[in-house]
Amino acid sequence: MDTGTIIIGLTIFVLACFAGAELIAKVPPTLHTPLMSGSNAISGIAILGALLATGHPESFNSISVIGFLAVILATINVVGGYLVTHRMLQMFKK
Amino acid sequence: MSQHIINLIYLLAATLFMVGIKYLSSPDTAKKGNFLSMIGMAAAIGATLAAPEINGFTLIIGGIFIGTVIGAYAAIKVKMTAMPEMVGLLNGCGGAASALVALAEFHGNSTGFVPFTLLTLLLSLIIGGLTFTGSLMAYAKLQGLIPTRPVTYPGQQIINGLIVLATVALSWLVFQDSTNILTIAGVLVLSLGLGVLAVIPIGGADMPVIICLLNSYSGLAVSMTGFALSNNALIITGSLVGASGIFLTKIMCDAMNRSLANVLFSAFGKVDESATATGEIPAQTMKGGEVEDVATILANAQSLIIVPGYGMAAAQAQHATRELADYLGEHGIEVRYAIHPVAGRMPGHMNVLLAEADVPYEQLFAMDDINDDFAATDVVLVIGANDVVNPAAKTNPASPIYGMPVLDVEKARTVIVLKRSLNVGFAGIDNELFSMDNTMMLFGDARSSLQKILATLKK
Repeated sequence: MDTGTIIIGLTIFVLACFAGAELIAKVPPTLHTPLMSGSNAISGIAILGALLATGHPESFNSISVIGFLAVILATINVVGGYLVTHRMLQMFKK
Repeated sequence: MSQHIINLIYLLAATLFMVGIKYLSSPDTAKKGNFLSMIGMAAAIGATLAAPEINGFTLIIGGIFIGTVIGAYAAIKVKMTAMPEMVGLLNGCGGAASALVALAEFHGNSTGFVPFTLLTLLLSLIIGGLTFTGSLMAYAKLQGLIPTRPVTYPGQQIINGLIVLATVALSWLVFQDSTNILTIAGVLVLSLGLGVLAVIPIGGADMPVIICLLNSYSGLAVSMTGFALSNNALIITGSLVGASGIFLTKIMCDAMNRSLANVLFSAFGKVDESATATGEIPAQTMKGGEVEDVATILANAQSLIIVPGYGMAAAQAQHATRELADYLGEHGIEVRYAIHPVAGRMPGHMNVLLAEADVPYEQLFAMDDINDDFAATDVVLVIGANDVVNPAAKTNPASPIYGMPVLDVEKARTVIVLKRSLNVGFAGIDNELFSMDNTMMLFGDARSSLQKILATLKK
């Protein structure tokens, strides 16, 4: 990884932090629990790394086992997070 | 699929996540936002599966299948009152996934990394590991599987400090030789231990803060993985989650007038009850009421503010609360709800429970929006809340909760407090509200008390 890539990555990180803070400050307190479970679901994006680790090796080995566990856990995070958020949001009525 | 196209799809996914959070700014659009976010996730996963590096699909499909079954089952079965536990467990899964991805990266590389990649991989491993065990401990505390009171022992912070130092030292060894799986495993084990030891000295009622903080950590771990894999989708998403967790942590701390350091290290709530709850307020001075008295007061009121607390969740009393509120509303009484930011066991916990019971969200008011209205209100009904309505936070500089913003319920003409028993609240202190002239206590299970009040009113 060259220095340019690192700097671009850091730039994205800093800008995304500010964008995130702005967006989140506008979420009303009444939706703070769905905000938590929803942001939890998207943190399951770690599944991308898990998929690459699992599908990458030429053959079955200890790396694919670690990746397999990571896929399971990240999927629980994604599916559970989105579904439970949906369940909650469905209940909010005028 | 070429890497450029994949990266563009990742950008689309990150955009959809942000739009999803933007739509959370109103309950009307929130559901749509969640759908957009799901589409973003599906697109990112699809694009990754189409990447040229993926050779085998058996384990991937198996893993996704198992994870979907477990995640969906948990999400459908979980009770709304148990949402803090659920979020804690999901957090733990996310942290563990990040740590495992880092471990797989270390394990799969025999040539070493550039220092920056190595640093981010280590951080991903450490933060992911401690998020995993920390979340499990938070879950266990919320479920009452382990003592909810702060667990402390002599030299605790020194021991924790030594573990941090040992983690740094082992990480240094990994920098020297990143192919030695033993030192890497050592770092992981230490970070797992750190997660346990950091959470046990924190009291059960401070778990909302911890869950928010761990949420932020799980995001940070994802960002670190993103740096290591040069994956912008992970960097952006991780920082969004990190920012959201930190934001909610700050809201929680501000609402208790405590610093994050105080929450993490002071073992708040450790003070044993006999020492602080001096019994200065003898039970005799309290006005115990009967169901009939409460019903009469409510029937003669014109305005009512309901203040729910953790006790409402514990007694599963949200539906009974709404039924009583509906009846009073039909009889011309103005009913509103006042929600303290730290009522319950996570931010917005009370709002979700009341939404579950079909309370329209327009009736729910945040503390700052309703605090001035108590003085002009006939009756306040406190359901299982204690510290958040304790006037000592305003009047008694010696009180541990002095300075914490609280609901000014005592300014109302009459305050009715539904309480399980005379036990002190989380802060372990007396609540002088309970013995004030305009307060009436109704002891017992909140749900059955509410049902009895409603039955009496209907007679």
